[in-house]
Amino acid sequence: MKPFEYVKPNTLAEAISALDAGGEDARALSGGTDLIVQMRAGRNVVGNVIDVKGVTETNVISHSKKDGLTIGSSVPCYRIYNDEGIKKTYAGLVDSVSIIGGTGIQGRASLGGNLCNAAPSGDGIQSLIILGAVANVEGPNGARQIATEDFCTAPGQNALNPGELLVSLSVPEPESNAGAHYLRFIPRNEMDIAVVGVGASVVLDAEKKSIVSARISLASVAPTPLFVEAAGDALKGTEIASDSVEKAAIFAQEAARPIDDMRGTADYRLHLVGVLTKRALKVAIERAENQ
Amino acid sequence: MATTTTVEQKTTEKVIGTRPIRHDGVDKVTGRAIYGADINLPKMLHVKILRSPHAHARIVSIDTKQALDIPGVKAVITGEDLPEPPSQMQNLGEGAANLRFLSDNAMARTKALYKGHAVAAVAATELYIAEEALSAIKVTWEILPAVLDTESAMAEGAPLVHDDLPQRPMEGDQAPPPNVARYFRFNIGDTQQAFEESDTVVEREFRTQMVHQGYIEPQTATALWKEDESLTIWCSSQGHFNVRDQTSNILQIPVSSIKVIPLEIGGGFGGKIGSTIYPVISLLSKKAGVPVKYSMTRAEVFEGTGPGSGTHMRVKIGAMKTGKITAVDVSLSYEAGAYPGSSVASGCQNMFSPYVIENAFIEGFDVIVNKPKTAAYRAPGTPQAAYAGESIIDEVAESIGMDPIDFRLLNVAEEDDSRVDGTKHRVIGAKETLEAIKNHPHYKSPLNGPNQGRGVAIGYWGNAGMTSSCSLIVNGDGTVNLVEGSVDIGGTRTAIAMHAAEVLGIPAEDIHPVVADTESVGMTSITAGSRTAFASGWAAYEAAQGVLKELIERAATVFETTPDQVVHEDGTFRSVSDNDKKLTFKELAGRLQRVGGPVIGQATITPRGVGTAFGADIVDVEVDPETGKVQVLRVTAAQDVGRAIHPSYVEGQIQGGVAQGIGWALNEEYVFNDEGVMQNPGFLDYRMPTSLDLPMIEAVLVEKRNPGHPYGARGVGEVPIVPVMASVANAVYRATGVRYQALPMSPGNIIAGLTQKDH
Amino acid sequence: MAKLHVETTINGESTEILVDPQQSLLETLRDGLMLTGAKEGCNDGNCGACTVIMDGRTVNSCLVLGAEAQDADITTIEGLATPRGLHPLQQAFLENAALQCGICTPGFLISSKSLLDSNPNPSEEEVRFWLAGNLCRCTGYDKIVRAVLDAAKEMKAGN
Ligand SMILES: Cc1cc2nc3c(=O)[nH]c(=O)nc-3n(C[C@H](O)[C@H](O)[C@H](O)COP(=O)(O)OP(=O)(O)OC[C@H]3O[C@@H](n4cnc5c(N)ncnc54)[C@H](O)[C@@H]3O)c2cc1C
Ligand code: FES
Ligand code: FES
Repeated sequence: MKPFEYVKPNTLAEAISALDAGGEDARALSGGTDLIVQMRAGRNVVGNVIDVKGVTETNVISHSKKDGLTIGSSVPCYRIYNDEGIKKTYAGLVDSVSIIGGTGIQGRASLGGNLCNAAPSGDGIQSLIILGAVANVEGPNGARQIATEDFCTAPGQNALNPGELLVSLSVPEPESNAGAHYLRFIPRNEMDIAVVGVGASVVLDAEKKSIVSARISLASVAPTPLFVEAAGDALKGTEIASDSVEKAAIFAQEAARPIDDMRGTADYRLHLVGVLTKRALKVAIERAENQ
Repeated sequence: MATTTTVEQKTTEKVIGTRPIRHDGVDKVTGRAIYGADINLPKMLHVKILRSPHAHARIVSIDTKQALDIPGVKAVITGEDLPEPPSQMQNLGEGAANLRFLSDNAMARTKALYKGHAVAAVAATELYIAEEALSAIKVTWEILPAVLDTESAMAEGAPLVHDDLPQRPMEGDQAPPPNVARYFRFNIGDTQQAFEESDTVVEREFRTQMVHQGYIEPQTATALWKEDESLTIWCSSQGHFNVRDQTSNILQIPVSSIKVIPLEIGGGFGGKIGSTIYPVISLLSKKAGVPVKYSMTRAEVFEGTGPGSGTHMRVKIGAMKTGKITAVDVSLSYEAGAYPGSSVASGCQNMFSPYVIENAFIEGFDVIVNKPKTAAYRAPGTPQAAYAGESIIDEVAESIGMDPIDFRLLNVAEEDDSRVDGTKHRVIGAKETLEAIKNHPHYKSPLNGPNQGRGVAIGYWGNAGMTSSCSLIVNGDGTVNLVEGSVDIGGTRTAIAMHAAEVLGIPAEDIHPVVADTESVGMTSITAGSRTAFASGWAAYEAAQGVLKELIERAATVFETTPDQVVHEDGTFRSVSDNDKKLTFKELAGRLQRVGGPVIGQATITPRGVGTAFGADIVDVEVDPETGKVQVLRVTAAQDVGRAIHPSYVEGQIQGGVAQGIGWALNEEYVFNDEGVMQNPGFLDYRMPTSLDLPMIEAVLVEKRNPGHPYGARGVGEVPIVPVMASVANAVYRATGVRYQALPMSPGNIIAGLTQKDH
Repeated sequence: MAKLHVETTINGESTEILVDPQQSLLETLRDGLMLTGAKEGCNDGNCGACTVIMDGRTVNSCLVLGAEAQDADITTIEGLATPRGLHPLQQAFLENAALQCGICTPGFLISSKSLLDSNPNPSEEEVRFWLAGNLCRCTGYDKIVRAVLDAAKEMKAGN
């Protein structure tokens, strides 16, 4: 690896000023499971590594009915899926964080890093999108919020300005009768990058007969994670017993813009979008029914 | 779980067949064992190698000046620094390689022949400085058209990878196609007539991709060229004598000036037999005057070492309604990589060796392509051919409505039957191995759902003998030091020690095995060809016989009698005439100093009684028809092991071979782009099975003793991979109705096959 | 660039080290502290040969900076056995012949220890899931999984 400067600030203000001072050359470090790999491969030339794990705000998990869930950007996956409150209320999120890498990776990898890395295949990003999460960002010019579906702008590119830090992620408290599921397809059973991933969330009416609202998001079928509003809209107001799930799958396929690469051909990926959208919705609906 | 089926019940041994804890075990579970990369020497430099970014390109110029100017850079070499080799053949054990090609593969001189081909190397005080120096080396390339598969390489007018490839004419003075380095042919009987008389004839084409052995320890070595022109190499190879001889040949320095010290090795599977790195680091050390260490990155392992061949195979087979195979007609083309020497000949010889076939035409092409030079990989060349052969056998059996095991049993080869290459089988257990799977409860058990299927297949491997040396030294406390020359990749220290312990009548634990360097033990060939426990074990057996003879003489002195009046039983020496006169092994050892001094024994052998091996599998799979994913549910692997010296490590070889075969069957492949650049040179996208991808693997040990070994052992390491891809393919067929004739059967390919079937 | 001074605890001993910022924890352990039990198989998080326990969790030490070890509590394979003898997992690996070449073994032992620390009674499926980040090319995992299940039993009986 090429030499660089390493600092570990203790406060948010210090972290922001270090990032700001480093400019283009500086990068925040959370779990390092993307950043260190990329730096070692020479794909990411970094002069200043700012380890943000010492900042209190990036390490919190807080959860209340009123404010929903807040997860610090550096909180590693294992802390998320071991949290009883999250397990109970945010099953869709647990789906994602428990499949990122293996147990060793999950000891470091963060949801914030997954989002900032902005890979089209990022498993964590999809769950954030379907759960309507927002990114809490702070920089030299103050704080702002970015909807997670707007956060990734191109492969490896995000909406942060130079000097800005992702502090945490806020996930709203789910409505009653809501359910969510994320699943991906990989050739092995673990340790793989999604060939295609689909996240789906639904809210059912009081009778649990029809769908009030739904969100669908796709991994690895476009340059960024793909929030498919049309597919969710297609489900609005439809009965769960109807063929609306099939229709949503077709909308998802229409939105997908996959390419051929070594992980799968475009045709195969389109096929998988259909299969996985139906599977994701089925589980999301079941979870909502069991609420 | 594992079961052992003994074909002939004659077991009297006390140590052979037991499961002692391996001698190097504690070092390996505590992290103390020293592997290739674990060595650190004072003033040691770190090496980086500049590799060709192109699959085929002429080196117009290389400028290393700027790299040498970087502070911390101590030496830089290019192909020019290697001595010009004479064109001479050198025996590399598994496959011969021309020395010139070997030398060129170590470092390109005029042309790079594959992406990853070494063109320059740097030694520097820090790894990152060496890395920086690589980017300061300026190479001017003239990019040439590349050939990337056997069909385009052999097409008329194809670009030539070598301008001066020595080509021998094929049968009938016909010139071979372009880029064909060698052509093989076996022809017996009259295939044409036999096909005409057959009730059924099936003809199919098969394709497989390049695959890697996937050893977890990257190739690594350390070299020190001293002021007196002597060279020491520390390495983790499959044979340090081979490293010594190869380095001596390429650098044209005497073998006596080279000492090679074997460190522990983190897997090899054939891939660490020949390596290109030793001459390179030796020359760097010579220039720098201090030790240098080189460890490959994982990407370099994929792109810069020898993988297993990709293939294109055409197979035609005929059979009678009764189930008798009438004839086969086969053409195999194997990628050699950038230099001659794929294992296609082994594929030709072995693919139908489980059967009696009277009419056969089998030809093989060794084809040069712009990809890494292939190397041995577990039963080199045979798993690919067996995949084709055993898939088509399955199809024929089905077409005449026979059970696939019964069909195989009907045609199975036994002692004295001839193989297609004319060699007669010795005592073999093909039939017993097939019966073991036929009679196994697994074969009779029902499948548990739709989209599931069960497949079977059998495989053959010839095994090797080669040369092994061993010496034994009896210690005063009754223990014995065993010095051997076989690198231990999977518990062979213990298997070898057990041979000596059995002869001497002492526990395996009382033997202390050591793998010694090239100056401390007699020449010992590579750990490969499934030969190590068989041949080095046998050397230990012979050395122990010598020790025993000497000990009997010493006991005679103690008993004041003649050696013919002393018997040795279960580690006790006893006077025949006087029952009170007896000494345990330990007691006698304690007295040796007084009756003539220490006792040593040594042996070097080149055994002939190699026992060939058969393995047969039952594999159950479930295929997700929507995603194309294949999950292996259950595997039973039976194998004729002759006699299991240490059953746990025999089972381990079988389980490991099956796991590699499943990886090859389902997901593993080199993916190249159109420019010949590998797209997946890492463990993320070269998908080897994880623990979550596999079930328990039941090994069934069939023991049909090999009369060519003192305890009946056969080599066990390689054959278990041979039948796996075919068994999986046959199972996938029964689950989906599609015969997949290309590997890997990755999810995308499965869906493509299912889609085609529906149209 | 200036070296960083790092204070950390390794296998129960507080340790001071100087590291280059770009040095990984794996390099720090192997080259700086001569603790060569953790191995490099891929250097990108995909093989698990470099696994160590850091503050109670397994991590791939090739993806941690040496500098990040500041104030951490680290257990490597060298810290698994005690003067009283081998850890039950080590013993079970030996008895089950759960290693062939042995290069993956330190990583498997460390991952297995962290599994049993958090789940003393795992099912076969749980063992396979937990160990999926550790590649072994020699054994087919069968004997490794059995060894972990055996060690779990042994440890329960011993308690
Ligand atoms: C073996 C292996 C397996 C993997 N498997 C998966 C998988 O299955 N699914 C998957 O989605 N990913 C996978 N990944 C990728 C990676 O682990 C995840 O993307 C992980 O969530 C990244 O988190 P991190 O904390 O390690 O990020 P880091 O590597 O620390 O950072 C990633 C990026 O985000 C930036 N960043 C980090 N924190 C902040 C912050 N607070 N503010 C601004 N920018 C920040 C960094 O500068 C960097 O550009 C795998 C990686 C490896 C090595
Ligand atoms: S070396 Fe760290 S995971 Fe492979
Ligand atoms: S024992 Fe060799 S890799 Fe696991």
